[in-house]
Amino acid sequence: MTDKPVDEMSFEEAMAELEAVVGQLERGDVALEASIELYERGAKLKARCEVKLKEAEEKVAAITLDQDGNPTGTTPVEGL
Amino acid sequence: MDLIDDPAPGQNAPEFSVSELSGAVKRMIEGEFSHVRVRAEVGRVSRPRSGHVYLDLKDDRAVLSGVIWKGVASRLATQPEEGMEVVATGRLTTFPGQSKYQIVIEDIAPAGAGALMAMLEKRKVQLAAEGLFAAERKRPIPFLPEVIGVVTSPSGAVIRDILHRLRDRFPRKVLIWPVAVQGAKCAPEVARAIEGFNRLAPGGALPRPDLLIIARGGGSIEDLWGFNEEIVVRAAAASKIPLISAVGHETDTTLIDHAADRRAPTPTAAAEMAVPVRRDLLAWAAEQDARMTQALTQAIGRRGQRLVDLSRALPRPDTLLDGPRLRLDRAGDRLPAALRATTQHGHVRLSRAAAGLRPGLLTGRIERRRDRLDAMAMRLAPALTRATLAGRRELDRIAARLDPTRIEEARARKARDLDLLAARLSRAGSTRTEALRKRLDALDRMRQTLGYRETLKRGYAVVRGDGAVVTTTAAARAAERLEVEFMDGTLEISGENPPQKSKKSKPKPPPPDQGSLF
Repeated sequence: MTDKPVDEMSFEEAMAELEAVVGQLERGDVALEASIELYERGAKLKARCEVKLKEAEEKVAAITLDQDGNPTGTTPVEGL
Repeated sequence: MDLIDDPAPGQNAPEFSVSELSGAVKRMIEGEFSHVRVRAEVGRVSRPRSGHVYLDLKDDRAVLSGVIWKGVASRLATQPEEGMEVVATGRLTTFPGQSKYQIVIEDIAPAGAGALMAMLEKRKVQLAAEGLFAAERKRPIPFLPEVIGVVTSPSGAVIRDILHRLRDRFPRKVLIWPVAVQGAKCAPEVARAIEGFNRLAPGGALPRPDLLIIARGGGSIEDLWGFNEEIVVRAAAASKIPLISAVGHETDTTLIDHAADRRAPTPTAAAEMAVPVRRDLLAWAAEQDARMTQALTQAIGRRGQRLVDLSRALPRPDTLLDGPRLRLDRAGDRLPAALRATTQHGHVRLSRAAAGLRPGLLTGRIERRRDRLDAMAMRLAPALTRATLAGRRELDRIAARLDPTRIEEARARKARDLDLLAARLSRAGSTRTEALRKRLDALDRMRQTLGYRETLKRGYAVVRGDGAVVTTTAAARAAERLEVEFMDGTLEISGENPPQKSKKSKPKPPPPDQGSLF
């Protein structure tokens, strides 16, 4: 288990830890109290994963460039 | 002899000035070669600050100087490099001031695909040697990038394919950096886009991508050439943001593919590499949840069952105590009887031992010993007397055998023998002494005749100085006192050196006869 708060984890980090938690619980060699803690952490991790999965928003923009080719901002791209 | 000299051949040709001739050559060359294409190997290339490019075009026998003016050079799709096979298009011109001619190049292109491929291979080997393509430089592609930067043409099928596939799998934020994907501007723009994305600060006005896709559709090797350029390859290798290249079709390989962290065969495939499928992940998350709940439920259920089983197997407290209680009772019952038995047993042993202890028995034993002692004591005195008598009788017997007369006879006989022997010894001794005496006298006489005293009788004398015999005049002079021995005695004479009063050692005075010399 890492010390990183679940809320700050990337999807990948939350996913890896959730897999580890499930594996530990399924092996069944954890003390009962610890397994309840594990379950609670697993629930948080799963919620974090779902949050990241729900952030599935498409937003496409093209960078606008000045004369010298330096980025100046973005312009929305639609219809592609 | 002819009247008219035959002039040397050609002497009637008109005379040119150098400028006229050079001008004529210039007009002729520039007229004749105003538009030529020449196939050549590029020799030495120099690029001074002016921006013009000077180069040599050569084959195995000839060299042609060339120049590409600044404006032309910046437009070229392929920059000339030494060793490259090219076809140059341009016009010839001369420098009358230096008696030189050169080609002013308006376009230059690699001579065929073979030459391009050879150049590509050479560049690839060179960049690989620098380690730009090393496997350890490759970074992993993030599992789920938040922002994807796409470097490609903003119009066309490529960006559409990528966006469609992203939308299907996992809609994301996409930043498109528009670039030319072919022609002379392609390479600098692509390199600039990669560097530009890397320069964006995380959390800045423009979101910094987690992943870059460099994409272009299929095309000829010349069309894709920009992605082989060194600046593009170096920018891709230097990118801190993981980078997927998707240039051309599956069969086209450009150098950026080697420098990229992943190579996708098509733009669509790049989108598939970039993001996972959201639906799968949602299903996965639900499955994890279910597995977790099931595992916990099972764990609790298993423990509950175990608890029930164990508590069933647990005996009642009463039953636990029954056995020991019974043992205690039995032991309690047996205790008095056992004590009694032990006491009795002790008693019996004591009485048995005490029974043997009676005074009469002891007295009887003492009596018997005393009787034996008395009997022995009575036998002691007669035995001693008997032994004494026997010893005395033996002594008397031996004493009777001792006879003094026989001893006396033996002694007298031995005394007589001794006298005889003593007489013989005395006789033998005196005879021997006499003979030795005579020999001694004879020897003494001989000694006297040989001694110096006999010589004294013949008129010689012995001189001694201070006790030692003096044989030289020097010794005689040195002596304090001289003694002269004659036959009948000695005479003392003072030496030439009377004894000194003081014992101090002084140099001896010179002899008187020497003093007379002065």
